[in-house]
Amino acid sequence: MLTNKRLVLAHFWLAFGTFGLALLLGAWQMYVRSPLSPAIDDPELYYRSVTAHGTIMGYVFPTLVAMGFGYAITELALSKPLVGRRWAWAGFGLVLVGAVMAMVPVALGRASVLYTFYPPMVGDAFYYIGVVLVVVGSWIWVALMSINLGIWKRENPGKPVPLAMFANVAGSYLWGWTAVGAALELLFQIIPVAVGLKTTIDAGLARVFFSWTLHAIVYFWLMPAYIAFYTIIPRAIGGRLYSDTMARISFVLFLVVAMPIGIHHLFADPQVGSGFKVIHSVFTAIVAIPTLLTVFTICASVEIAGRLRGGTGLWGWIRALPWDNPLMLAVTFSFIMLGFGGAGGIINMSYQLDSTIHNTQWITGHFHLIFPGAIVIMYFAIAYDLWPHLTDRALESLGLMRLQLWLWFVGMILLTFPWHYVGILGMPRRMAVYDYTNPAVAPQALSVVASAIGGFILAASGILFIAILARGHRTRRAPAPSYRFSVALHEPKTIPIALNGFALWLALMVGLTVVNYGYPIAQLMALDDTSVPAIRIGGPR
Amino acid sequence: MTTEPLFSLRNRWFVASVGSAVAIFVLSAVVGFIWLPTAQPDAGFQGLWNAICSAAGVPQSWLRSTPVPETRVTSTVVVTPQMLDNLDAQSIGRGATLALKCTMCHGARGLSEADSPNLAGQYAAVVYKELQDFKIGARTNAVMAPMVADLSDQDMADLAAYYAYLPRLPGYHPTPGQVAPSIVVHGAPMRNIPPCAACHGGLDVKTGSPWLEGESPVYLKAQLEAFASGARHNDISGQMRNIARQMTPADIDAAAQYYSNQPPGDR
Repeated sequence: MLTNKRLVLAHFWLAFGTFGLALLLGAWQMYVRSPLSPAIDDPELYYRSVTAHGTIMGYVFPTLVAMGFGYAITELALSKPLVGRRWAWAGFGLVLVGAVMAMVPVALGRASVLYTFYPPMVGDAFYYIGVVLVVVGSWIWVALMSINLGIWKRENPGKPVPLAMFANVAGSYLWGWTAVGAALELLFQIIPVAVGLKTTIDAGLARVFFSWTLHAIVYFWLMPAYIAFYTIIPRAIGGRLYSDTMARISFVLFLVVAMPIGIHHLFADPQVGSGFKVIHSVFTAIVAIPTLLTVFTICASVEIAGRLRGGTGLWGWIRALPWDNPLMLAVTFSFIMLGFGGAGGIINMSYQLDSTIHNTQWITGHFHLIFPGAIVIMYFAIAYDLWPHLTDRALESLGLMRLQLWLWFVGMILLTFPWHYVGILGMPRRMAVYDYTNPAVAPQALSVVASAIGGFILAASGILFIAILARGHRTRRAPAPSYRFSVALHEPKTIPIALNGFALWLALMVGLTVVNYGYPIAQLMALDDTSVPAIRIGGPR
Repeated sequence: MTTEPLFSLRNRWFVASVGSAVAIFVLSAVVGFIWLPTAQPDAGFQGLWNAICSAAGVPQSWLRSTPVPETRVTSTVVVTPQMLDNLDAQSIGRGATLALKCTMCHGARGLSEADSPNLAGQYAAVVYKELQDFKIGARTNAVMAPMVADLSDQDMADLAAYYAYLPRLPGYHPTPGQVAPSIVVHGAPMRNIPPCAACHGGLDVKTGSPWLEGESPVYLKAQLEAFASGARHNDISGQMRNIARQMTPADIDAAAQYYSNQPPGDR
């Protein structure tokens, strides 16, 4: 039962529209710094483009997908209309206004600071205020998710919270808390300088605040994909979810361990003590537990589907899977990319191994394999799955959907594998110009061309995706059967209180944040000689 | 089920989750704060407490050594983005009078015809810093040294205000189809050379870097060569010396020529 189709569609269309624009910028970036193009005359344009690409893909697009999907889950899983519909539209409005406000100064070249802000560089205040509005808009969603769950729990005392809603609220709480780091950085460090109240900035402290957000934000991006793994895929391929409890444990573990690990992004930063880097490195390793739990549970669920479809023997169930179903393809590609990305991530999170690839194109390759690879391909799957319910029309182009997913997978592998390789060769990331005539750089040229071609394939896939969704609004009317989430092999009748709410896990999340971040932040705040003059970006030139 | 206590030692979920979080923290803290720091003994930090403090990142004076005393005079000016922000019309007027002394080389309105630098429209902080450096000998020049000997701090600020107030020569790069030299817009990353235009205008400006458009090519070339040889050394962190040393003669010519392009008839 979806009573707020327009709300969900508005979120999805703004998400995918901005995604399309940022995707084209990404493909252009791949082209201009490859040997296919002469070196760009105005490198500032490149950084402008990277800032827009990162800001949209990092803050606007996944946040809108999580919000839209979250509103849909609330109604579908709780079987009641969303409470706070006006607030939801207000949140959407804030995200829209914030995104436009942030993108105008970027387009004008007044905020080419990249989406990670990089203080002491400081751009136009409207850029940062726009990002803050996007975050505030999404916090409305966080509050609404919590309120809707609370109301449902009061009306259904003692009943197990439906898994999709449980996971959805876990994702919203994770975002609510992780966004605090960047918000503190923006409100107390960067915006006072950008509006002219201060002239110096504590770059080290600002980076620590940003690391608070920077890693857990990836798990926030991941949440819709994981929700789809557990609550959509088993149903879509005709199987059962192997374990409801395992799913809940995975989501609460993400909530707890996604936060106290961000300093692994600061391994090369001198302002944080090595002891805290070791602690964060160890906690980062713990993230493997919910990831591997998920891989196991979903593989088992898929095997159930294969066997229900008549597959037998050790591998026969794989052949029996519905390979013509786009969602089957999506989850397969997602797992392959998650596997490679996760393996690469083990290098990044190791304090010592990281030094070999720190700030190289390896990192760009890694996070593209994880986010636009493993995660965004599941956003596509979510859209394909929900679209008929949102439009009351059938998505008829199964072949095009399969083609789109194949293109995304092939493009992403072609994009990211050479990136990893040139990273090992030492190619730095975030540079507009590489001199491929230099003998030391020349061996990287072929790999860079390959990854640029991967970028073009991704752009084609993205355009195809948007075309499929747009076409989905014009096909014949066919009211979809009522929506349902996956059914677990053993549906929960009762659930331990710890797994039916979040109190314990939120306490652990906040507690571990305080323990792992408290001292580095307190120390940097107490020192009075750690600020440097801000460097203004985008003045007259 | 709802009466089941959550935050209680009788709840196994509570005990297991909090217990393992504490255990992981303690284990990693022992590794990070005790084991690893003591496994790499550092002459400066003996003992457990020192190891813990250094791993926590407490600022301590490390590497106690006697600095090599600088034998040359170095610049004493600290340039900040807000330096000389509040210069008024009176300051500009005083500067205009004082500048009468400078016209012989730097031109009546700050545009030189003698391959001395054009000062019209130059950032105030830049003119001020160079005057200070000439005065204390951080930058040496037989003509400039006696000219600045009598200038007070206020005189220099006034001169800087006046020259900053004069209209500057615009950048003039008309040749269609001909791109800017790579050294100017791209630098040479493999030689650690940032693009000239990233600091000196064109792509971006950075505090303390002079505006170079329309400058004499002879002057620009001479200064780059002086930085490269170390004869000029008033860039306090050596940033221009490091860059100029890495530039080839062709790079220097290309950069000097690019910035000196001017509309015909202006010279």
